[in-house]
Amino acid sequence: MWLYIAKRVLYAIPIALGVSIICFSLVYLAPGDPIQSLIPPDASDEDIAAIRRLYGFDKPVVFQYFDWLARAVTGDLGTSLQSNRPVLNEVTRAFGNTLMIAVAAVIVAFVLATIFGTLAAFNLGKPVDKVATSISTLGVSIPNYWMGIVLVILFSVQWRLLPATGMGGDGSDGFSWFEWDQARYAILPMVTMAMIPLGVVTRSTRSAVADTLSQDYVQLLRAKGLGEGRVVLHALRNALPQMLAVMGLQLGYLIGGSILIETVFNWPGTGLVMSRAILTRDIPLLQGTILILALSFVAINLIVDLLQTLVDPRIKRS
Amino acid sequence: MTAPSKIVADPSQAAAAPLLEVENLHVDFISRAGRTPAVRDVSFGLAPGEVLCILGESGSGKSVTLRALMRLLPQGRSEIRGQVRFQGEDVLKMPRRALNMLRGARISMIFQEPMTALDPVFTIGDQIAETVIRHTGASREKAMARALELLELVRIPSAERRLKAYPHELSGGLRQRAMIAVSLSCYPQLLLADEPTTALDATVQIQILILLKQLQQDLGMGTIFVTHDLGVAAQIADKIAVMYAGRVVEYGSAEEVLLNPSHPYARGMLASTVSGQPRDRDIAAIPGSPPDMRNLPAGCAFAPRCAFATDLCHRSEPGLTQRGAFGHVSCHHVHRLDPPAPAGASVTTL
Ligand SMILES: Nc1ncnc2c1ncn2[C@@H]1O[C@H](COP(=O)(O)OP(=O)(O)O)[C@@H](O)[C@H]1O
Ligand SMILES: [Mg+2]
Repeated sequence: MWLYIAKRVLYAIPIALGVSIICFSLVYLAPGDPIQSLIPPDASDEDIAAIRRLYGFDKPVVFQYFDWLARAVTGDLGTSLQSNRPVLNEVTRAFGNTLMIAVAAVIVAFVLATIFGTLAAFNLGKPVDKVATSISTLGVSIPNYWMGIVLVILFSVQWRLLPATGMGGDGSDGFSWFEWDQARYAILPMVTMAMIPLGVVTRSTRSAVADTLSQDYVQLLRAKGLGEGRVVLHALRNALPQMLAVMGLQLGYLIGGSILIETVFNWPGTGLVMSRAILTRDIPLLQGTILILALSFVAINLIVDLLQTLVDPRIKRS
Repeated sequence: MTAPSKIVADPSQAAAAPLLEVENLHVDFISRAGRTPAVRDVSFGLAPGEVLCILGESGSGKSVTLRALMRLLPQGRSEIRGQVRFQGEDVLKMPRRALNMLRGARISMIFQEPMTALDPVFTIGDQIAETVIRHTGASREKAMARALELLELVRIPSAERRLKAYPHELSGGLRQRAMIAVSLSCYPQLLLADEPTTALDATVQIQILILLKQLQQDLGMGTIFVTHDLGVAAQIADKIAVMYAGRVVEYGSAEEVLLNPSHPYARGMLASTVSGQPRDRDIAAIPGSPPDMRNLPAGCAFAPRCAFATDLCHRSEPGLTQRGAFGHVSCHHVHRLDPPAPAGASVTTL
């Protein structure tokens, strides 16, 4: 098993390198010269050349890449052009903020979707199924920034139960889901974020469980006299690999942080950082954010793969 | 000429309290397109320790009959009528809880496909143990110990290791042995085996068959064995029921049915096997093909293929004519055909 894990991690390295090349080339894909935003309009040619040298823009591209990679590996992702703070700090802080609500959103969505999807699969075509299917369709098709605004209007404006925006006094450093003072800020963005995974996972759970229910071995469970509880257990256990794959993908999408959701709630996550980096042409910050996000996407895939081999004995561990 | 529709099990056995009595069993499948019969007016009986073989072409309703006995058919999409009495209890009217206590404990089923009938993500041991736990309330350790005993009972080599194996790690033959072990978890009084060897290689088939026969005798289980292999039936059956288009066209003791078949379909079926064809071939050597169940002919379902068919056969469905001590035949011309020539001769004429 350890050997298998080591092997899968090794396989992920080329993918990570590919990701880094794409991130790096963003500088060149973006229209215009990144230097432009740094230099005052009245700078002399010597000044411009000096700044170019300072940022390494005067060397051949390949060297620039390896320089950048070598620094990135040690955790140095450069300095934000706008704030002059290390990119790594900015990104990890934003990433942490997004991760906090994304993970909670996926857990909530996964639990609810498992319940709805299973109920639907056991009652195909009956009212329960129709309700669950409607919920999942709504989850996928309602624009979530609109959903966010509606939630704010209801919970913050009308009922004054939850704060509309921001992260509370302490900001990201002292955040904890277990302290109401802080958690209350995260509830609305989290719920909004959970809508799409709820829809997607409900739908795939329904089809995966319905699929197992038509199998011979479910007939055998009934022939053995087992109750419906046991049948649900077997059906879910068989549907789990498929559900995990879908959930991993959804978590991947969410950690990208929805620019729209984070803008609506002014939540300082990766989505906000990225939109700021784009608007201000802060290329190092954009590069760094995308690199971290892409790498965590690779990591999530790896974890889902490993979890799948753990729960599905049919996948060979060699 | 037709016997009353109520057919009682062998009277000599009736004293010993019948294990199973099936009377006028009907199964219809219901879809949006309408109602399709699959089993029509089936009656038979079984005494403790007896073996009944159900023979018939594929699609004749053998599996549906077995599943109906345990009410394993899809709810809402099927309707079962008639009576199934197991040890005097009416299975079709039984509440769900009582039914679940019966299933897997006193009545067990062996499925045809060991490949798909075992859950791929649970170990063999777990799948046996969960049945034991369900019906005896034993602890997990006790249930696992019992699972090990059962694997040894069905002679799975290195049983200890196989307890922790997943179905896909076993060969087809071992998987079917594991399936048998599951069905024996609580020493059932009635075993329903639905073509338990059809999916296996020829040599493995024989081993499984020998094992089943021995277990059946050792444990004294009443057994209904579905097969389309006459050779198998000849070896293990006390009684035989021949099904055609959802009906039992001939039912009687194994000797009667095998040596002296009355129904033209049963005769044709025997002929096709006796005249030196490989034993594992389907019983399809009679010209023509079985009727479409959605669109059954008005009269006898076999009439379009029957050499003896008359106008009467095409017009009305024959009732059941008493035959032998407890059996019956469903043919208008059973008296004209009786007494049949000795088996060998009748075989060549049909
Ligand atoms: N779940 C089902 N839904 C609808 N029709 C079915 C179902 N199961 C079996 N049937 C039909 O019932 C008839 C008898 O099938 P079956 O009992 O499986 O035949 P066999 O004798 O080969 O075991 C067939 O015509 C089959 O199409
Ligand atoms: Mg069948």
